[in-house]
Amino acid sequence: MAEFTLPANSKPKIGNTYPAPDGAKRTKTFKIYRYDPDKSENPRIDSYTLDLDDMAPMVLDALIKIKNDVDTTLTFRRSCREGICGSCSMNIDGTNTLACLKPIDEVQGEVHIYPLPHMPVIKDLVPDLTTPYAQLASVEPWLQTKTPPPPTSERLQSPEEREKLDGLWECVLCFCCTTSCPSYWWNGDRYLGPAVLLQAYRWIADSRDEFTGERLDALEDPFRLYRCHTIMNCTKTCPKHLNPAKAIAEIKKLMVMRQ
Amino acid sequence: MSENSMRTPLARVRGLGAAKDGVHHWWMQRLTAVALVPLVLWFVISVAGLAGMSYAQAIAWISSPWVSVFLVLLIVATFYHAQLGVQVVIEDYVHNEPVKLAGLVALKFAAIILAVAAIFAVLKIAFGG
Repeated sequence: MAEFTLPANSKPKIGNTYPAPDGAKRTKTFKIYRYDPDKSENPRIDSYTLDLDDMAPMVLDALIKIKNDVDTTLTFRRSCREGICGSCSMNIDGTNTLACLKPIDEVQGEVHIYPLPHMPVIKDLVPDLTTPYAQLASVEPWLQTKTPPPPTSERLQSPEEREKLDGLWECVLCFCCTTSCPSYWWNGDRYLGPAVLLQAYRWIADSRDEFTGERLDALEDPFRLYRCHTIMNCTKTCPKHLNPAKAIAEIKKLMVMRQ
Repeated sequence: MSENSMRTPLARVRGLGAAKDGVHHWWMQRLTAVALVPLVLWFVISVAGLAGMSYAQAIAWISSPWVSVFLVLLIVATFYHAQLGVQVVIEDYVHNEPVKLAGLVALKFAAIILAVAAIFAVLKIAFGG
């Protein structure tokens, strides 16, 4: 059966508390999930209180502040710190988002930070995304054609055809949507999940691609595509304001159209 | 997702390949849903209208030709739609393969038995049994 409760050795315990620095006027407390699989301990929730006047405004800034000045053992992924690389996806205040795009002052009270839900944890806020990456590779997210490229020019696309890719190409593959989807939680080994299906549709919708039929063939499966039950968590949580649920609905429409 | 497997992540994800199936299930679930909107509205309003009538009057209502036809259509659409929906619930939540298979078989059999019994009841009344 689907697991609705955490196994006993996964239940987080109360961890260490790091008080606010002396003289801090405006403070905020960050409750952060800590887990080290090399130690045989349960995960714990550490509590860090920071001085808001001594740091930049985003949640990622707080994490960097903690790692630099308070507790160097805190582990998380980050790279560009401006919403382009998709590395710092995590669950903040109950919603999957990019830490670099989430202003601290949008969170009322304490800021609860957990790794992306329902994925194996490598350490602290770093989830194991091996399966979603393999699922992305399985949809072959690159241009595929029989016709050789024109010798003296690019493969042409009208402005209208190019417009169909808007809302698809912007995805940064942070997997906030995929890991927010209950259907992916229960059947993530076979269901491709919203992020990968949006990528699949990005190539199905590309007027230059000649393998549309093969791409639909590969998705026509009760689990790969049809585990989507239009729960819509994907669209609600997307930090780039994209609509994976619509991309999935478009794939389902094409499946009917080619009958 | 067996952690002990030496297969590559891509091999595990590609698995047994696409089943080339699912469109029919999805389309029929929507078709039966659309059909059920007028059928259920008609049924609820009609049954409410039967309140206070005698047994003989209820039998007479069921045996009138259009009512019999719509009742059979309602039964077919209801059980078809229900077994499609419950099938998805079982596939979603039951991950023990033998239990899942037994559940799906029991579901299909139950839906057919109940639908045939209900249709038989309507026809028996309609043909004056």
